Amino acid sequence: MSSTYLPNGLPQPGTGPDGVSEPYWAGTREGKLRIQRCSACQSWQWGPEWICHRCHSFDIEWVEIEGRGVIYSYERPHHPVHPALNGHGPYLVVLVELPAHGKVRMLGNLLGDPLQEVVIGAAVEAVFEPHDDAEPPYTLVQWRRVG
Amino acid sequence: MSERSLRGKTAIAGIGETTYYKHGQSPHSEFKLCLEAVVNACADAGISPHEVDGFASYGDDRSDAGHLAAALGIKELKFSNMFWGGGGGGVCGAIGNAAAAVATGMADCVVAFRSLAQGQYRRYGRSSAAAQLSGDDSFVVPYGVMSPAQRFAMKVTRFMHDHGIHQNALRAISLACYHHAQTNPNAVMRGRPLDEEKYDHSRWIVEPFFHLFDCCQENDGAAAVVVVSAERARQLRQKPAYIMACAQGSDTRSAAPVHNMPNYASSHFGQLGPRLYQMAKMTPADMGIIECYENFTGGVLMSLVEHGLVKPEEANDVLVKDNLIAPDGRLPLNTSGGNLAECYMHGLELVHDAVRQIRGVAINQVKNNDTAIIMGGPMVTPVSSLILGSEATL
Repeated sequence: MSSTYLPNGLPQPGTGPDGVSEPYWAGTREGKLRIQRCSACQSWQWGPEWICHRCHSFDIEWVEIEGRGVIYSYERPHHPVHPALNGHGPYLVVLVELPAHGKVRMLGNLLGDPLQEVVIGAAVEAVFEPHDDAEPPYTLVQWRRVG
Repeated sequence: MSERSLRGKTAIAGIGETTYYKHGQSPHSEFKLCLEAVVNACADAGISPHEVDGFASYGDDRSDAGHLAAALGIKELKFSNMFWGGGGGGVCGAIGNAAAAVATGMADCVVAFRSLAQGQYRRYGRSSAAAQLSGDDSFVVPYGVMSPAQRFAMKVTRFMHDHGIHQNALRAISLACYHHAQTNPNAVMRGRPLDEEKYDHSRWIVEPFFHLFDCCQENDGAAAVVVVSAERARQLRQKPAYIMACAQGSDTRSAAPVHNMPNYASSHFGQLGPRLYQMAKMTPADMGIIECYENFTGGVLMSLVEHGLVKPEEANDVLVKDNLIAPDGRLPLNTSGGNLAECYMHGLELVHDAVRQIRGVAINQVKNNDTAIIMGGPMVTPVSSLILGSEATL
C-alpha cells in the first residue's frame, strides 16, 4: 500500500522563479499549514499573491491555521491524462472552504475510498502527506472526513 | 460627443475554413492550414488577400501576424493583435478587436483567425510534460487536476448542486450538437449520431457530470473571418453579418488562484452579459441563433444562464433536445455541430455558422435568422461574446 494517495511520478510542486508561494511549501514540510493574511486590513487571501487584493498593501503575512473546512465542491476523475495515472482508476478531488479564515478555498484529494459518496458541506480536516523520497522532497496537504 | 459603441459600424464580410480533421490527421502544417483559411475567407468576401491590413487572433495562436503578412504579400500591415488567455475565451474578443481596429480607423480590413493542429503540437487534453511545477499549477496538478475537464468540473458540480439541475440538461446540449452535425459535410462527427442511450452509457471522463460526450473533440484545422467597415461590406459580394456588439473580460477576480474566484460556480460571463446586450441595444429574447462554445456541456449551461437565455430554475425543463435544434427549436443551439461535433476550431466554427445563418445559407437554416449570439470559452479568463445582426437589425 502506497503512503501517498496518488502514485509517484506526477509533476512535483515548486515555487518557480516568482517564489511567492515559498513560505507555504516550507511550512508543509514542518507540518504547518500557512495561508496569507494582510497585515494592514486583516483579509485572508488564498492562493498566494504579492499584494492584498482588497487594500493593496504589500505587507502580507503567512499565518499558521488549523486545517478545518467543509467540502465546497468535488470531482472524481476517471480518464487518466498523465502516464503515472494509467491503470490507477478513479480518484477524488475536493475543493475545501475554510469558514474560519475568510472562506478561502484549498484544493486536495479526499482520502479514503475513491468511490465513496461525497457530500457538499461535509466537514473535513487537513492531513499532511510527505513525499520524502522526491527530489527535492515536498509535502502535500490532503483532506479527510471528520465527524 | 458621439456614442462610444461598436454597434453596426463593422461587419463580417467573408468566412473561410479548411477541411476539419481529427487531431493528428491533417496532411498540412498548422501554418499552411492558417494560410488556406485566410485565402478562403478573402475569396468568400471577394477581395484579394493583398487587401488585408490586419490580423487578430487568440489562444496564443502560433501563426503570427508578421509571418502571415510576409507569406501573403500584405502591402502594409496596420494592425496585429493577440487576445490574452487560453482556450476559446478570445474567439469573440479577437473579432471584437478586429472590429475596433476598423471602426477607429487603425486598419481597413482585418482578418480574425485561429489555426490549430493539435496533432503537431501539444494536445489540450493531456497533462504537460513538465516534471517540476510552479505557480497555481503547484496547488492543483499534484492532486491530479491537470486537463481542462479536471480543472473545470468542480465549477459545474457546484452549479448543478446550487440549482438542482440534472444530467439530462447537459445531455440535451450534447444531443443537439451531434444532431446538427449529421447534415454538415465538414463535421468531423458526421455519420456518428448520438442518442440518449449512447450518451448515458458513455464512459466517465470526470464524475459527477462529464461523460465522454460532454467533452469537446481535439482537432486540426483553421478558420478565418474578414472584418471590414459596414459601408465596405455592403459593396462586397456577401450579405453582411454586422457586428452589433462585442464584450470581453472577466468577472471580479475570476482568475484568482487555486479556485478562489468569488463567483466560483460560473462560466465567468456574469458581468459581461448585460454589457453585451447594452451595446447591441437588444435583449436575450431578441436572439434568434444561439452559438455557445462547448469545451464542456456544463460550461454551455452556465453561459446560457449568464447571458439571460435560460433561467437556472427552468434549466431542467427548457434544456431538452427539441428546444435546441433547428429549424423549429426556440433556442437553436450550435446549428452546425459546434466544438462537440463539427470541429474544435476554438469556437470560430460557431461564428461561421452564425454568419451563414444570417446570410440564409446555413446547413441547418433557422427562420428567425436576423440575430445571432456567440459565447466564447466559458470558465476560462478572460472570456468574450459577440452579437451579429442582419441589415434589418441596424
